[in-house]
Amino acid sequence: MNDKRLETIMGSLLRTGVLLAAAVVLCGGALYIAQHHARPVSYRTFAVGAEDTRTLGGIVASASHLQGDGLIQLGLVLLIATPVARVAFAVAGFALEHDRLYTLVSLIVLTILVFSLLHAT
Amino acid sequence: MTALLFTLVVLAISALAGFLGALTGLGGGVVVVPALTLLLGVDIKYAIGASLVSVIATSSGAAAAYVREGFSNIRIGMLLEIATTLGAIAGAILAAHVTTHAIAIVFGLVLLQAAWQSFQSAHASASITPVASDGLAQRLRLGGDYPIGGVLQSYGVRNVPGGFSLMFGAGVLSGLLGIGSGALKVIAMDRVMKIPFKVSTTTSNFMIGVTAAASAGVYLGRGYIHPRVAMPVMLGVLCGAYLGSKMLVRARVRTLRLLFGCVVLALAFEMIVNGMLGKV
Repeated sequence: MNDKRLETIMGSLLRTGVLLAAAVVLCGGALYIAQHHARPVSYRTFAVGAEDTRTLGGIVASASHLQGDGLIQLGLVLLIATPVARVAFAVAGFALEHDRLYTLVSLIVLTILVFSLLHAT
Repeated sequence: MTALLFTLVVLAISALAGFLGALTGLGGGVVVVPALTLLLGVDIKYAIGASLVSVIATSSGAAAAYVREGFSNIRIGMLLEIATTLGAIAGAILAAHVTTHAIAIVFGLVLLQAAWQSFQSAHASASITPVASDGLAQRLRLGGDYPIGGVLQSYGVRNVPGGFSLMFGAGVLSGLLGIGSGALKVIAMDRVMKIPFKVSTTTSNFMIGVTAAASAGVYLGRGYIHPRVAMPVMLGVLCGAYLGSKMLVRARVRTLRLLFGCVVLALAFEMIVNGMLGKV
């Protein structure tokens, strides 16, 4: 394991994650449009949405009932998780390189990300 | 406006933003937010939520291509991500405590900078010759090498604390405005830390996704990421950016940058004026 190989694996990891996320968002979007295409919409005023678009539990529940909104949010959660997975992979990669300093550095970044995601949702 | 029409219009705007963003290297986020708020009257909180999501998509989607070129420096990226992620969380929290008018004005100022940058020649700072690492950068083993004309050129890194502080600022802007703030990241690395331009831009791309992910959780929990707005923005920007990266024809980029700069300049004034009048 060296830096170059580590980065190559990370690069394909990221692309796979994005394609997967985009596919899920596309399915959710198609479902939403199929059901609501003629409905008038306006997003002029901000309103905090329902739990099933804001919390991990709510999103998963909504997506498993094949709700368009829930599927879109699930895809977006996958997308947000992609860079997090990259950092987690870097922790493992640097550990395999026996690089203590950068294992620690990536671990700090991973902790910040995980804390932010879990604390907020 | 019906749901179908809104989705199609947003798809088209986002695809164009992603396309121009990839061609000019300025990113799609800076155009999506003003286009959604000014043209379609979307609340700025939904606009920055959707933009942030698209920023993660383009950054991660482009990463594989950048890695293949062999310019990015994973150690520099990872170390500076400590600063950008902390800044991003601070920015996302700040976004909930300042008025939308203030966000619009700050956004306008960032657009002004982007416009100014696109009027500059693309590689104004590309000629900096590599420097030797200073003490701290050496201890952190930040130096590296990159291919130039088939030969590996090694480079060093300077002023880590200065770059680190500026990266925190880049994170705050990213979390506050839902943009990648790639320009500020490149300035921190290229100008402050004396890292070669090519290494700075590709490493910056790598960092943008991680930075945005740090504030995305906060955005999601607060309801800024509206599925029906974010869906066409994410898909549109992603498609546009992909096409843009495939069509990177050197010859016309300068004209395109000028055109893009004019559009961004107009958007900047609109954002600032609307923010001051309290319309956004």
